[in-house]
Amino acid sequence: MTALLSAVTFVPMLGGLALVFVPRRRAGLLKTAALLIALLVFALSLPLYFGFDGDSADFQFEEQRVWMPTLGVSYHVGIDGISLLLVLLTTFLTPLALASAWHAIEDRLKEFVITVLVLETGMLGVFVSLDLFLFYVFWEAMLIPMYFIIGVWGGANRVYAAVKFVLYTLAGSLLMLVAILALYYRHGAATGAYTFDLVTLARWVVAPGLAQDLMFLAFALAFAIKVPLFPFHTWLPDAHVEAPTAGSVILAGVLLKMGTYGFLRFCLPLFPDASLAFGPFVVALAVVGIVYGAWVSTVQADVKKLVAYSSVSHLGFVMLGIFTLTQQGLVGGVIQMVNHGLSTGALFLMVGMIYERRHTRLIADFGGLWKVVPAFSALFLIVVLSSLGLPGLNGFVGEFLILVGAFGVSPWLAAVATTGVIFAAVYLLWMYQRVIFGEITHEENRALPDLSPREWAMLVPVVVFIVWIGVYPMTFTGKTEATLEALIAQVQSKSAVPRVSLAERGRGAPESGHPPSAAVWRTPLP
Amino acid sequence: MSTVWLIPALPLAGALLNIFFGKLIGRRAHWVAVPAVACAFLASCVAFARVWHGGSFTSSLFTWIVAGDFEASVIAYVDPLTGVMLLVVTGVGALIHLYSAGYMHDDAGYARYFAYLNLFVFSMVMLVLAGDFLVLYVFWEAVGLCSYLLIGFWYTRPAAAQAGKKAFIVNRVGDFGFGLGIMWLWTAVGALDYPTVFKSVATLAPPTATGIALLLFMGACGKSAQLPLHTWLPDAMEGPTPVSALIHAATMVTAGVYMVARSHALFERSGTALEVVAWVGVATAVFAATIGLVQTDIKRVLAYSTVSQLGYMFAAVGVGAYAAGIFHLVTHAFFKALLFLGAGSVIHGTGGEQDLRRMGGLSSRMVTTTITTTVGGLGLAGVPGLAGFFSKDEILAAVYHANRAMWALLLLGAFCTAFYTGRMLFLAFYSGPRMSKEAAHHVHESPPVMTLPLWILALLTVVTGVALGAPSDAGTRFARFLAGVFPIHEAPHGGSVAFMLMVLSVVVVAAGITLAWFMYMSTPVRPEAIGRPRTLVHAFLLNAWYVDRLYDAAIVRPLLALSGYLARAFDLGLIDGIVNGLGRAVVGWAAALRRVQTGYVVNYALTMLAGVVLFLAFLLSR
Repeated sequence: MTALLSAVTFVPMLGGLALVFVPRRRAGLLKTAALLIALLVFALSLPLYFGFDGDSADFQFEEQRVWMPTLGVSYHVGIDGISLLLVLLTTFLTPLALASAWHAIEDRLKEFVITVLVLETGMLGVFVSLDLFLFYVFWEAMLIPMYFIIGVWGGANRVYAAVKFVLYTLAGSLLMLVAILALYYRHGAATGAYTFDLVTLARWVVAPGLAQDLMFLAFALAFAIKVPLFPFHTWLPDAHVEAPTAGSVILAGVLLKMGTYGFLRFCLPLFPDASLAFGPFVVALAVVGIVYGAWVSTVQADVKKLVAYSSVSHLGFVMLGIFTLTQQGLVGGVIQMVNHGLSTGALFLMVGMIYERRHTRLIADFGGLWKVVPAFSALFLIVVLSSLGLPGLNGFVGEFLILVGAFGVSPWLAAVATTGVIFAAVYLLWMYQRVIFGEITHEENRALPDLSPREWAMLVPVVVFIVWIGVYPMTFTGKTEATLEALIAQVQSKSAVPRVSLAERGRGAPESGHPPSAAVWRTPLP
Repeated sequence: MSTVWLIPALPLAGALLNIFFGKLIGRRAHWVAVPAVACAFLASCVAFARVWHGGSFTSSLFTWIVAGDFEASVIAYVDPLTGVMLLVVTGVGALIHLYSAGYMHDDAGYARYFAYLNLFVFSMVMLVLAGDFLVLYVFWEAVGLCSYLLIGFWYTRPAAAQAGKKAFIVNRVGDFGFGLGIMWLWTAVGALDYPTVFKSVATLAPPTATGIALLLFMGACGKSAQLPLHTWLPDAMEGPTPVSALIHAATMVTAGVYMVARSHALFERSGTALEVVAWVGVATAVFAATIGLVQTDIKRVLAYSTVSQLGYMFAAVGVGAYAAGIFHLVTHAFFKALLFLGAGSVIHGTGGEQDLRRMGGLSSRMVTTTITTTVGGLGLAGVPGLAGFFSKDEILAAVYHANRAMWALLLLGAFCTAFYTGRMLFLAFYSGPRMSKEAAHHVHESPPVMTLPLWILALLTVVTGVALGAPSDAGTRFARFLAGVFPIHEAPHGGSVAFMLMVLSVVVVAAGITLAWFMYMSTPVRPEAIGRPRTLVHAFLLNAWYVDRLYDAAIVRPLLALSGYLARAFDLGLIDGIVNGLGRAVVGWAAALRRVQTGYVVNYALTMLAGVVLFLAFLLSR
């Protein structure tokens, strides 16, 4: 048993604590040290990828230590094909977030870098925890640094946004705590073993019915707020607009994934019947979110708000993919989480870059930027194209797999969701046209400097992965396939819904003979 | 791995070189781009030789996406049809690259231009080579991206940026259907590679085949600018003229025709789908031709003509005359590229003039351009002996045997075609000069780097028809070459009917050109009278049947208004109102409760007393 996973998880926090002893006037040292720590964490996390056996659905790099044995709480961590990618995404984006703050944050810099590092530990903890108690601790602990990042280093209306963010999230997670306790006691009463261990709990299933439904809903609400699933999304634009660039990158890149991750890790395996029963509602909200988020994005005057609303649309795709309960939908959903982290993270980075130059984010204040900042404009175009799902770039792989999975379950819903792809082109290209093309309409824009070496260094790695996933996604999907296959099998075998009736409801086995999804919203075409 | 991969690899390498080292390469960008495409043409010849005697081969590069039983691989599928398309794409592509070196000579974005153009050839070659529907889709959208980039190449012009975006979005609407069609295809067949799909379509239920085919055709309507998704192509003329020649006339826009012909096994499974294809083609052919009658911008005449000619190709494949449709695709690529390049030469030689009303008399100053463009125009009009005559007659004959109404409409389209082509040629070259003295003084012939491609394309326009398209009882030479791909169409050749049809079409063409001569040559042209709508019909045609305005009023504005309403009233007002209302309710409730905590002992004593009284009363009442 190695302690690699624990090292990856806690090195950021320990590094952050070490920075406490650096005098605050040494700003350069603080920034450099923090960035080096974050890069070290990324380097440490790489062996997780190379050492991970993609053919196995088991948890790997598992560590389990006694913590509070009388309560059945243990320090149990491990990763599977889902969390592996999210851990890597987190360790990849954190250095970028720190680098984005290089000149943007001057006030309380020391506190800032420490907060970001502590936050990284919180986020990694959420993804690696295999104990519900431990998970909940990380889940809540992560809120505190994020609260400070928005509330201290944010824009004019930061306090409102920070409080809204925390209260909204707390409201959901308190119900989840109740459900965790209920699950703990029910499992204990039924089996005699009182434990918060996820692996143990997942082997057992709550009897279908009201109890399972309520527990599912409690978990689902917490996660739906985080995703955010329409209509629980209104904290997101406020939080993004007020947060500093680093905060937005982490928020969009990693924090939103915790919602979708929660559905995969907890809702589906722990409450399979309820997941199937409520699946249609979740899917309906996801599809509404896809279209709604795109429409609302179109009319935003503030680029950052536009990107924030586009997240509602993109995460709607992820949720749709998850609840297709097909291999294609799930693989697409998981890779789309990574894609969204890269593309939207990069969009926020780039919005931050022009904000640093012009101190405005209003589309109307720009125009004709290609002439002054061609390199920025070219990279911005690649990121925009990735976000609108251009084939050959990352976004397409995820979206197409999700839609193909959804099509097999319900062609009509898939068709509605696919319109989101049209609207994505509308709001992104229209924004791009107004910001980048045309003549320069504001004199202030005439002398903007193009990308600095630091900015190049931040964007190039993201663009490399954007192209990589688009051209050869197997590097990443190959690690997650077995896990997702096992997850589907688990949901199907554990749920009490008889399989046969589901197959009969549709056209039976499709002509190609691939297995039908268990999702109850199946409405195949004749 | 096969050498066919050289064909896309060369232009891709050229594009990457000019993207990454454009600053260094600068004015020498054509030394990278032109040889890259020329070599790709040679490599295409090699591939063509391999399928010369029919047959096909595949070459697989790598497995792209795997998810459960879903699998998509980057594979090339080469058969005679692929061979023809490769030759057209790289051949015409190479000529237009060469021409561009002259046309774009002074442009600030020289390296960027060639990078995009090479990227386009790469994408188009991959589209043609693809042996898998998903890979086809990838490059289908990739050529759309190149089109977006090149239409908006002069990005400081608002109209160019607008047109680029419009092209991308309208194509996305088509691709929405195309994407759904592919999803359905996979759901029904379980595979997306051509050999498996075309083998299994025979087992599809006809309604399923109809659905899939129509969705795929929706993509074709977008890419090939057919009704109702044609609106982006005329606006695409904002791009540099060589781009219009290569992308918006010769190659990319024909991708829809290619795709339908390639998937003919699927379309044939459903009679309905083929009928829809044919009718959309016929309707578009006539519709666009009528608009071409009155346009005053030389490039817009050609753009509507392209839309119309693509309609002829769809009409052909719709009635099952695939070889005729593809043959027209090839001849059209030659003469329409020639016409666009000729128009480009005119624009180049007149210092940027595109308005037919301010041209005239160019024949004396631009001899080469006049001769070659006239050859192209006569080819388009369908003058006997030239390529367009053979390929269009082949289509008309096939349609005649399928549906008389369609045939009549296409004949009407042929009349319009002859008229607007004659009108364009007369107005530009042969009528008296109408430009200012100053402008007339500067008119000059284009450099050899531009006229050489014109000569080659003119030669091709002259010989292709006779060499490959002469009708015979066993089908044209071209159709026999493609016999392994498409069954030879059963339209009877020879005999009195065929002869009658040919005579009729010659008469129609002659009538069209003669009418144009009467209107624009026999009397002096009054430029102020040409572009002004005199009658309702004229206004209707000048505004392209008001389709753009209809879309704007019926789709764009309502959607924007709805989005604005959702963003303000619904999102901020209702949803966020509820969220903040809950917060306010908690605060309000807490504030009310706080009042109880007054700090006065008397109040607390009083409350306590009241409590005790109530408690006692409760106990006593039991």
